[in-house]
Amino acid sequence: MFIGHFTERPYQDPESGVFGTTARPIPDLGITNEVYNPEVGAELYNRYLDERVYAEEMGFDGVMLNEHHSTPFCMGSVMNVEAAILARITKKVKIVLLGNILPIWDDPLFLAEELAEIDMISRGRLVTGWVRGTGRESVSHNSQPPFNWERFQEAHDFIVKAWTTPGPYRWEGEHYNFRYVNPWAKPYQEPHPPIWIPGVMSKNTVEWSARHRYPYVMLATDLEPTKQSFEYYSEVAAEEGYEAGTQHRGYLFKVHVDETEELAYETAQKYVQGPPNPFLEGNQGVVRTFLQNLPGLTSRTHLLPTSINRAAAVARGRLESEDGEPRKEILSAAGFQGTYDEQLERYTIITGTPKTVIPKIRHVLEYLRPGAIFFWDGDGAMSHEDQMRSLKLFGEEVLPATREIGEELELRGPYEVDPATNEPVADEAAAPA
Amino acid sequence: MTGESMTTSTETHTTEQIEVAGRRVQYLQGGSGDPVLVLHHSIGNHGWLPAYEALAATRQVLVPDLPGYGQSERPEWARETRDIAILVLQMLDKLGLGPTPVVGLGFGGWIAAEMATMNQQRISGLVLVGAPGIQPDEGEILDQMLIDYDEYVRAGFSNEESFHAEFGEDPAPEVRELWDFSREMTARLTWKPYMFNRRLPHLLQEVQTPTLLVRGADDGVVPLAVAQAYAAALPNASIEVVADCGHMVDMEQPERLAELVAAHLG
Repeated sequence: MFIGHFTERPYQDPESGVFGTTARPIPDLGITNEVYNPEVGAELYNRYLDERVYAEEMGFDGVMLNEHHSTPFCMGSVMNVEAAILARITKKVKIVLLGNILPIWDDPLFLAEELAEIDMISRGRLVTGWVRGTGRESVSHNSQPPFNWERFQEAHDFIVKAWTTPGPYRWEGEHYNFRYVNPWAKPYQEPHPPIWIPGVMSKNTVEWSARHRYPYVMLATDLEPTKQSFEYYSEVAAEEGYEAGTQHRGYLFKVHVDETEELAYETAQKYVQGPPNPFLEGNQGVVRTFLQNLPGLTSRTHLLPTSINRAAAVARGRLESEDGEPRKEILSAAGFQGTYDEQLERYTIITGTPKTVIPKIRHVLEYLRPGAIFFWDGDGAMSHEDQMRSLKLFGEEVLPATREIGEELELRGPYEVDPATNEPVADEAAAPA
Repeated sequence: MTGESMTTSTETHTTEQIEVAGRRVQYLQGGSGDPVLVLHHSIGNHGWLPAYEALAATRQVLVPDLPGYGQSERPEWARETRDIAILVLQMLDKLGLGPTPVVGLGFGGWIAAEMATMNQQRISGLVLVGAPGIQPDEGEILDQMLIDYDEYVRAGFSNEESFHAEFGEDPAPEVRELWDFSREMTARLTWKPYMFNRRLPHLLQEVQTPTLLVRGADDGVVPLAVAQAYAAALPNASIEVVADCGHMVDMEQPERLAELVAAHLG
């Protein structure tokens, strides 16, 4: 089993007016960067890097980074910069990028070069992952949404070829045109870094991942729809003539461990008290339908079961009303106490002492059977101290116990069984730390 | 009228189909006399509107669903507004029409202007109604991609009551579906730059076609500067401002628009 650590790296600035449960409407793409304080940014970038180094010390197999744009809930707009630093200052941990937003790159050759450099500097510790991005990203970098899926696929094909086919050669595609492809940087790993595909709701992407035999990492989706998505992956795999296994399934979920049950309950509530994050239920801010429904971004007839949750979020009133003002029930819902408790009940947030957290992790592992998992922690309004306490307990108690459960359930990760062949991975050096 | 077309009749108009570049194009046709081609807004065509009926009093009116909109099949390869202009010219060829006047509504006006730059002999007169297509030097064309589609349509009217009169307080699901669907095609054609072509004003300088630029006085979608830029570029153009009217002149002032068209086209 592969165990990674993840945080969105929120922009935490109580002075910004967009932090915590402000009880005022904060629409997605509705916050001016006038409030951005680079001194706060400097502290946070360094803090998050330090926490990654500590995660490695505590025994995580991977540190996962993600990328969003023009929003305070994730500071990783150029996560490749963070990845390059981690490549140098960590020693053995995998650097898992889930993921670069392919369609917004107008020049994917740059991306092929950057990732190759990260892979070399880390001496082969890069796991690359690619996503289509949300409406927010399409708007921020002005990438034409109806062609998002085409661009995703063409950029993928282009980068894999740039990594594996000696140049120079010419590429004349629908979206990308190069007269001289011959990057003077090649990935350290042969034939190229592992590619894992993260996602939440596009059925196209699950199918595409299964056809390429890329592990699919579900991002903090509810258990039942996640299971259904994995089943859909397995169906496509069967069509392709192979059996999908645990090595093809990844799952990111929120787990915070703490010293006492009281402290755990209090601290995990901070998941929903940072800057508004559409991916953090209870603190989404105001969802904007035009961003979710950008023309052509997602095929309307290809939605996974997880999209039901988004519809539910809308039904709960976290949606602009006709006149653009938030509905009354949003303003009166400060605190979101009920929602937090509901999430604890539904296991979409797991928190407690190691003693109470481990059985809940077991439940998730038994239910979904993923070969790779990521614990999403240190997010929202959690402080550096909150994160460090949790990381320490992960290292001392939770990771060893989780590995035992993984062994018992035979949850082989992509570094134990090669997703491309379903053969055991021979190279010991490639095995998890 | 020639062409391999298929007909469905109603009292006032017929629904026809023709194949252009391998894709079906559907169009509405009504009235008799000299033909006039009407090109719809970016939100799609909403059927046989009172404005078309008014025009049909003196002319044969042809209103295609632009390729990729409504019931006209999507040309997957069409990724610029000019592609649609070429297809509409090819449609005129296939229908065997001689020089034809074109009334372009909003986005349809931009397409009409592009058509004139390509083959002005085919266009005997132009009426551009709130047409985008040129970058305004003052103000900006309202970006429909950054608001909900129904909010965008509302912005096309001078007041809320006019919008309600056309679509009701709560537009029907099939109307909203048309807007949503149309916006996808629009995003395929003019996501960036949004709603203009930097080359157009240069090319318009050689277009001799008599052109009437109609603008609603309260147009909140396309700034006045765009109409002024058209008037400055085109050698034979004038501007007519319609009072008590937003961007959707065809819906808010259909009779007035029909009068202006009749006066301009003769």
